[in-house]
Amino acid sequence: MSIQISETLTFECETGNYHTFCPISCVAWLYQKIEDSFFLVIGTKTCGYFLQNALGVMIFAEPRYAMAELEEGDISAQLNDYEELKRLCFQIKKDRNPSVIIWIGTCTTEIIKMDLEGMAPKLEVELGVPIVVARANGLDYAFTQGEDTVLAAMAHRCPERDLLIDENKVIQNQTIQNIFSLFSQKKKEETLKYLELKNHPPLVLFGSLPSTVASQLSLELKRQSIQVSGWLPTQRYTDLPSLGDGVYVCGVNPFLSRTATTLIRRRKCKLIGAPFPIGPDGTRAWIEKISSVFGIKTKGLEEREQQVWQSLKNYLNLVRGKSVFFMGDNLLEISLARFLIRCGMIVYEIGIPYMDKRYQAAELALLRNTCREMCTPMPRIVEKPDNYNQIQRMRELQPDLAITGMAHANPLEARGINTKWSVEFTFAQIHGFTNAKDVLELVTRPLRRNNSLEDLGWTNLIKKDNKIKVI
Amino acid sequence: MKLAYWMYAGPAHIGTLRVASSFKNVHAIMHAPLGDDYFNVMRSMLERERDFTPVTASIVDRHVLARGSQEKVVDNIMRKDKEECPDLIVLTPTCTSSILQEDLQNFVDRASISVNSDVILADVNHYRVNELQAADRTLEQIVRYYLDKARRQGKLNQSITDVPSANIIGIFTLGFHNQHDCRELKRLLKDLGIKINQVIPEGGFVEDLEKLPKAWFNLIPYREVGLMTAIYLEKEFGMPYVSITPMGIADIVQCIRQIQKRVNTWTHFLLNQKLDYELYIDQQTRFISQAAWFSRSIDCQNLTGKKAVVFGDATHASSMTKILAQEMGIRVSCAGTYCKHDAEWFEEQVQGFCDEILITDDHTQVGDTIARIEPSAIFGTQMERHIGKRLDIPCGVISSPVHIQNFPLGYRPFLGYEGTNQIADLVYNSFTLGMEDHLLEIFGGHDTKEVITKSLSTDNDLTWNSESQLELNKIPGFVRGKIKRNTERFARQNGITGITVEVMYAAKEALNA
Repeated sequence: MSIQISETLTFECETGNYHTFCPISCVAWLYQKIEDSFFLVIGTKTCGYFLQNALGVMIFAEPRYAMAELEEGDISAQLNDYEELKRLCFQIKKDRNPSVIIWIGTCTTEIIKMDLEGMAPKLEVELGVPIVVARANGLDYAFTQGEDTVLAAMAHRCPERDLLIDENKVIQNQTIQNIFSLFSQKKKEETLKYLELKNHPPLVLFGSLPSTVASQLSLELKRQSIQVSGWLPTQRYTDLPSLGDGVYVCGVNPFLSRTATTLIRRRKCKLIGAPFPIGPDGTRAWIEKISSVFGIKTKGLEEREQQVWQSLKNYLNLVRGKSVFFMGDNLLEISLARFLIRCGMIVYEIGIPYMDKRYQAAELALLRNTCREMCTPMPRIVEKPDNYNQIQRMRELQPDLAITGMAHANPLEARGINTKWSVEFTFAQIHGFTNAKDVLELVTRPLRRNNSLEDLGWTNLIKKDNKIKVI
Repeated sequence: MKLAYWMYAGPAHIGTLRVASSFKNVHAIMHAPLGDDYFNVMRSMLERERDFTPVTASIVDRHVLARGSQEKVVDNIMRKDKEECPDLIVLTPTCTSSILQEDLQNFVDRASISVNSDVILADVNHYRVNELQAADRTLEQIVRYYLDKARRQGKLNQSITDVPSANIIGIFTLGFHNQHDCRELKRLLKDLGIKINQVIPEGGFVEDLEKLPKAWFNLIPYREVGLMTAIYLEKEFGMPYVSITPMGIADIVQCIRQIQKRVNTWTHFLLNQKLDYELYIDQQTRFISQAAWFSRSIDCQNLTGKKAVVFGDATHASSMTKILAQEMGIRVSCAGTYCKHDAEWFEEQVQGFCDEILITDDHTQVGDTIARIEPSAIFGTQMERHIGKRLDIPCGVISSPVHIQNFPLGYRPFLGYEGTNQIADLVYNSFTLGMEDHLLEIFGGHDTKEVITKSLSTDNDLTWNSESQLELNKIPGFVRGKIKRNTERFARQNGITGITVEVMYAAKEALNA
């Protein structure tokens, strides 16, 4: 097998047997993000055991999610789905009283064609609690795309932005503030600042981030006089941002193409297609793109980026010239690869479960430019990769680091290939200027660890067994 | 539909895959949607496996669903045959793909024509059985397949070995301390002069299965997996089996005596002698294992009559109940299992050793029972450990579902004589942990000294009077130091030299303001 590294970005779809987590795993971070929610995963024992085991999200702390476990009677349609779900939802309402119940459809509800979207509006009325339906199934989606399905469903529930009311609010605020200005000068300054910031159309950012990271990004935009009017999702379901004609939206995660489409088509929002705010380069490009759409000239952004690069110096010395192979897992691969190339690394292959070239267009363009500027070969992008073939390719390429799903990490380490779990990038705080350090902290950990083990001579830890072909 | 938060036993396909991937050079193909293949993650991470898990998911997506999956499944079987040259390929659906009601047996038949490996479809109902039952079933299916095959080919050699020998059936991947137990069982059998014919499925080759009937008897350490195989072998080949779990001194004795009985049916004819293990049992019990001595020791005397709750799989929960009640004089207030399918046997086993019996797979019911009984210690699964944490009751983990903590690098068997030591340690530490906490409460903790003596750093001109010292001791240890520092800082700032309870509160208020 010969592996050639081309001069342009190549895309291929291997449609192989690959491993990633089930999209219902989004429950693990979304239930924490949306604090007044309850997630009900409607699926089989297989789904429940996954959440419990592979993700280690435990029910011990009585979190706000549960399984509606489908039993034989449900599968063979002996029981009435509506009545069953009604029983469970009333119990949930009684026990936990959430502001919203989010039904997570699974492969099984798809296969038995359970009409969740049809039942939800009816039950919602009976129950008095809104029910949002997301089909986070493994037939159509991979891992992080689960978040995409939930946010897309939630986008329908955001209040409609009323232009008149919005303007009134500003005027009203002004009068209120005038009265208050008698009390404090400081308050008045804030109001002025607020009005000044309002010199652009409303901007809603979408993508689930820990609240500290979300406020960091909001703050970076504020430095450029851009006010974020809301996030999707919000800490509380009841605070969902207003959407509608004239609202600009921009994503912070590369796996939200469905949400983007919903926002454009169904909610008439205008999408700002920017690279994603991962790494100082990405964050700068993201802010620049938003600013340019609003006709705002950025101030001190380049200096800010340089500052961050300066602070990363020690890490950069470790990674420069090293090669990396993405097996593909969480759809953050393109953004991470672009950042690592900017750090001086060489990326051989970017495996990715699903590649939406339109939603990721700006990111792909930035990747292309970054490769040119850094004079590194363009990586090959492999959609739906075949893990077995990837391992063969890796044997040939011997990358310094493989970013891989959890199932392959230990075996690759045993074969002397450094690995980092891709899932860590899903859960770590990697967005914005300040968190670039965390990405490199993760990437360099195996390299640092192995530097300290280097002299021991233990790199290969597998036995050669003649009877079995060892891959 | 059932509202579920937690499961003690996993879905059926996990059991099938655990058996298939325990054998050497066997590959399993899951016919499943993306994400259902998390078994690979579990095995790779928990067992810290160095090799790639021999399981491939043949992914069912929207596309495959529309076109039918036969082509894809057959292609994948053929591909794995070529890539890995396994002896056997096991095909299994998951809960999800089993409702597609495809004729998977037909896929298997199609594929077997063109591959070198044997191919079988794991014959399990994914909605009726759990992980453990499926594992038991799959193991029997594989054994039956190879013995039938050998018989058809006329290769079956039913003559038994010259010296006493045994098969150990039911050791497999992701089992609760299975690897360590296996080592301990091998040692026990060696001590008894019994050769190991085969250990299955862990580390066994399927092509060796035809030699299973050469052993004198089968040893089934855990009821959950292996019993079906043993019953099949007894029926088809007249092989006797011993299914007493050698856990705890008393049951080890029972197990060894039964082994003796099984072995002596043949020694009489073949070796013209009778084996007697009584001396060995006596030596081991009184001098090698420390557990019998522990039972007599003063440490254990202090545990007499203390209340405990036991919960776990049928094997471990019943053995543990017997150990606590019989060997240590601990009162088992409740013994329970989540193996509902084995309820009858369990009840029979623990009858007379406990006050009440609980058969359920609902963890809230277990939690409520523990809260009601308020035992001094719990012996349960990881779930009960967490229940115990919330109720502030110590818990020793004695059963699956497994957790990374149940894969220690060191040697920690639960079976055999070394197992008795481990269990005694576990019991003692669990209870004393509870007692230590209690003593800490009474005496205000180990670290009172730190509070009374002058601290190392500052020139300490401050004196705490006895009431304020007492008050300080009431404060939980982890914030005590901080409160002490804050109070002293406040005192210095305000020119106070003698710290009273009033000063402490004033400092607290000043800090809050």
